[in-house]
Amino acid sequence: MWRFIGFRVLQSIPVLLVVITVTFFLVRMAPGGPFSSEKAVIPEVKAALEAQYRLNLPMFEQYTAYLGDLAQGDLGPSFKYPGRSVNELIAAGFPVTAELGLYALLVAISIGGIAGVIASLRRNTAQDYIPMSVAMIGICVPSLLMGPILILVFGIYLEWLPVSGWGDTPGDKILPAITLGSTYAAYIARLSRAGMLEVMSQDYIRTARAKGLPEWRVVVGHALRGGMIPVVAFLGPAFAGLLSGSFVVETIFQIPGLGRFYVQAAFNRDYTMILGATVFLATLIVVFNLLSDILAAWMNPRLRSQYGEG
Amino acid sequence: MRISASRFLLSVITALSLFACGSGESNVVQGNREGILHVGNGTEPQGLDPHVVTGIPESNIVKALFEGLAVKNPQTLESEPGVAQSWDISEDGLTITFHLNPEAKWSNGDPMTAEDYVWSWQRALNPTMGNQYAYMLYPVENAEAFATGKLDDFAQVGVKALDPHTLQVTLNTPTPYFIQLMDHHSAYAVHRPTIEKFGKATDRFTPWTRVENIVGNGPFRLKEWKLNRRIIVEKSNTYWDRDRVSLNGIEFYPVENIASEERMFRVGQLHYTNSIPLDKIPVYREMDNSPYVNAPYLGTYFYLLNTNKPPLDDVRVRQALSLAVNRKLLNDSVLHGTNFPAYGITPPGTLGYQPPKVFEYDVARARQLLAEAGYPNGEGWPGLELIYNTSESHLKVAVALQQMWKDALNIDVTLANQEWKVYLDSVDQMDFQMARRGWIGDYVDPNNFLDLFLCNGGNNNTGFCDPVYDDLITQQAPRAKTREERYAIFAAAETRLMEQMPIIPIYTYTSNHLIHPSVQGMPSNLMDYVNYKYVELVGDTQATQ
Amino acid sequence: MSAPVITDIAQAEQGTSLWRDAWQRLRRNRLAVFGLVVLTFFVLIALLTPWIAPYGYAEQQLALGATPPSAQHWLGTDIYGRDLLTQIMYGGRISLAVGFIATAVALLIGVTWGAVAGYAGGKVDAVMMRLVDILYALPFMIFIVLLMVVFGRNMLLLFLAIGAVEWLTMARIMRSQVQSLRQQEFVEAAISLGLSPGTIIRRHLVPNALGPIIVYTTLTIPSVMLLEAFLSFLGLGVQPPQTSWGLLISYGAESMEEYPWLLLYPGLALTLTLFSLNFLGDGLRDALDVRGAKD
Repeated sequence: MWRFIGFRVLQSIPVLLVVITVTFFLVRMAPGGPFSSEKAVIPEVKAALEAQYRLNLPMFEQYTAYLGDLAQGDLGPSFKYPGRSVNELIAAGFPVTAELGLYALLVAISIGGIAGVIASLRRNTAQDYIPMSVAMIGICVPSLLMGPILILVFGIYLEWLPVSGWGDTPGDKILPAITLGSTYAAYIARLSRAGMLEVMSQDYIRTARAKGLPEWRVVVGHALRGGMIPVVAFLGPAFAGLLSGSFVVETIFQIPGLGRFYVQAAFNRDYTMILGATVFLATLIVVFNLLSDILAAWMNPRLRSQYGEG
Repeated sequence: MRISASRFLLSVITALSLFACGSGESNVVQGNREGILHVGNGTEPQGLDPHVVTGIPESNIVKALFEGLAVKNPQTLESEPGVAQSWDISEDGLTITFHLNPEAKWSNGDPMTAEDYVWSWQRALNPTMGNQYAYMLYPVENAEAFATGKLDDFAQVGVKALDPHTLQVTLNTPTPYFIQLMDHHSAYAVHRPTIEKFGKATDRFTPWTRVENIVGNGPFRLKEWKLNRRIIVEKSNTYWDRDRVSLNGIEFYPVENIASEERMFRVGQLHYTNSIPLDKIPVYREMDNSPYVNAPYLGTYFYLLNTNKPPLDDVRVRQALSLAVNRKLLNDSVLHGTNFPAYGITPPGTLGYQPPKVFEYDVARARQLLAEAGYPNGEGWPGLELIYNTSESHLKVAVALQQMWKDALNIDVTLANQEWKVYLDSVDQMDFQMARRGWIGDYVDPNNFLDLFLCNGGNNNTGFCDPVYDDLITQQAPRAKTREERYAIFAAAETRLMEQMPIIPIYTYTSNHLIHPSVQGMPSNLMDYVNYKYVELVGDTQATQ
Repeated sequence: MSAPVITDIAQAEQGTSLWRDAWQRLRRNRLAVFGLVVLTFFVLIALLTPWIAPYGYAEQQLALGATPPSAQHWLGTDIYGRDLLTQIMYGGRISLAVGFIATAVALLIGVTWGAVAGYAGGKVDAVMMRLVDILYALPFMIFIVLLMVVFGRNMLLLFLAIGAVEWLTMARIMRSQVQSLRQQEFVEAAISLGLSPGTIIRRHLVPNALGPIIVYTTLTIPSVMLLEAFLSFLGLGVQPPQTSWGLLISYGAESMEEYPWLLLYPGLALTLTLFSLNFLGDGLRDALDVRGAKD
């Protein structure tokens, strides 16, 4: 197992290097630079700005200089926000987004997981259709619609919850977490239902039943672990997706998270910020994919023995 | 039936949240009691250095933290004393002497001196600084040469400190709007010791604008700056005119999403919105004691026509396209009557200037022109593409116009929205046939719009070039003896421009805000200009009466 | 534990009867049949739209503006005075096409990729899956903008762009399934029978992983439809006056308090389609699940 993890950690170094390199050149190929603006910028000013950000150097020198800084943990100054470093922007936005993502994931797992498992046990009955239909709403209603609807109902008509903010007024984290979590709840519900159905027909479950174990022990003790494998495989990328995909929710609810910085950086061609956020998120994605693979291996007895031996 | 029911509901709820105030205490109620104004302010400001920032959200905050030599009266837009308590203009209009107010102080207590301005303007104009608004100081003698690196010796630039409280500025040509420019952030003074404490004068990156470091000279000082969350300023006790400042503080919220902003306003989190969603306007307009404020704004919305590319290289095609646009219908329908149909580039009433109306909506004439150009009833039409940057309102106008051209001229125009930076690149490279464009005036003068279309104008982007036009704008207008004479020259130039039709003017902008009735001293004006020292909050009870 | 092997080999020989059996089972599932009927109906309407739409899709009546449903306009009109029913019909053509084609692209790439990686294991698996990690990590928006600039805007590119993004998760799910199936006796038996890896993947691994695949496919279709709206918003994809359900819903969401019908009806069309897809997907999954059926 440890060797497996060790190998994967080693593998992630070339992955990150490729991501950095591709992104570095990709963002510079995109039309429109960080300093293009609606009013024409005079050439002298543009040259001065480019010199301040090393953009006047040959591309390859810029690239090696960036890698040099990166090796020291310096992601460079932001183009859009002079006086702020990318490290600082990420440090300001990430904790907020991570907290939001965590709550959303909790919402998603608790609603989606429960709905999926119940539905799989009462297949083709009302207890199957109703939870699954509720979970479906999360997919049919995208965040950009779910957010405003929740705000209108709970924030404006009922006046129960704040319409925006993050940690400013009590309860202002509830609606964003539900909005972001609902999409994922639907995914988890469907994946866990399918996974459970798949497992429940397997021989080891029949064996467990044949041994006369009560149904709940069959489910919790045996089926759940195998049935959740597709969900776990989905969770790794999902959590990373939550971090980069929380942009819409952050915008609707005025949440000062990383998603807003990241998407705005792409729109602004804030080269260093795009790169910095990409490197940061890529690291997270690699880590979470690894975690979800380890978890999936752990949940699958046969794979576990394979890695254990290997 | 449905529509009126939902509108009724909305109105009732808005009214309730505005005046009755439900559970808990809203920002507005608390703010009214404590003298704190809550403002929706577009996006997170890129910074607060007056010589770096370029956008309107930044400018709003910088105006609270700093003050220019002269400011503007929000009612009349006439210049009035700021750091300078008075100024003299020489007979020939070339020398301006500012007399600084001895009471004017930096927020750390240092006195403000004329030398501060000389140093600051050198910083603002220094090419290494990369100040995108350096051109606001170009009327000053030799300023342009210094800013473009052609002159290294700043002593030759026309700004001198005669004594600590007297600043003398020499201009290239008489510039009637120069005093107005003193209110622009690139002409502000910055505090030299603070900047030098954190790096070179021309560094863009230093942390001198952070809460713990910044020193300003405006009616307010920076108290809190949380990224993408809020910026709070509080009343400054060193400001020379502090007795006039009524607010104890202002909270600026970066709210990009205008629907979110409107909802924040509706639940009483904001006194003032930066904007308002188009479709909400009719609802707010019909309310009693409406918080909706709509006023003419110094800007024009138009389409650029690339006169180098067929079929737009034919003036008749350009005219046909422009004449076929029913501006009134457009404004009354999708724009909900919020703007004014435009038939020229200059907004009507720019300091008394009225643009000539060279053409009007005339489908028959448009069809005839198109036929003369070789496309009778759209036959043989090679197609035309309109680009616009991604935005709900640009889309609405484009979709409506696309169909107007189809109906009136039987021609197909394809729409292509582009992401902002891609769009800027396309316009800059003139890689388009027709492109959406807007221009907001930097100062109140027709010159600011008409000089766009000079042959070498950096923002021309149409290929339009007329030596006679250039001569009128650059040579004849500045020499005019009276305002009437000057405006007559401008009108002649604008007539030439609109006969060639390198642009399709569509509408004159208006500013649109929601302003809580308790806010006083924020009158509408042509530049959407706010001077926070005049803003007052009066209690809800008074406001409703 | 040799039972599945026999079934699978029998299945290979008698493919037609398996499908016939599955069809029989599907027909007994009322919800699945409902889903199939609704989808068929929508696809038919989409195909016939140019002939049966009540108005032209670009036809505006600016002076009329947004009006609630009436006798002339059954579902009302939008802010340009265009007939909403017509808009939904034309929008369905694009949404359904994008939904099915882009999902098919994602499905094809994702399932193949995941199955090969999972089956091969070792270095091949490592390289393939790290490539997936890389693609996950690249900034998607910049990628889209570049695609647009390099290739111009066209629908084919839209399908590719969406497919290229959506296959990643599919590959991961498929891989994890294959990994766990690979260890099972019937696969080992197939290997010992000397079947080629391609045959094993096609005949044994993919059919046994059909459940999660179908489910994830039914999840991918809606996210593809909504992604299309986002991309159209960025400038890739459909351009006005063409429209899609995703776009109609995004615009409807902006004015849902003033003109609720502009959100309600496109939303209903999308929701009905997605529910039908899921019912059909579940029905298919059950119908094709040989072991489940024997219980």
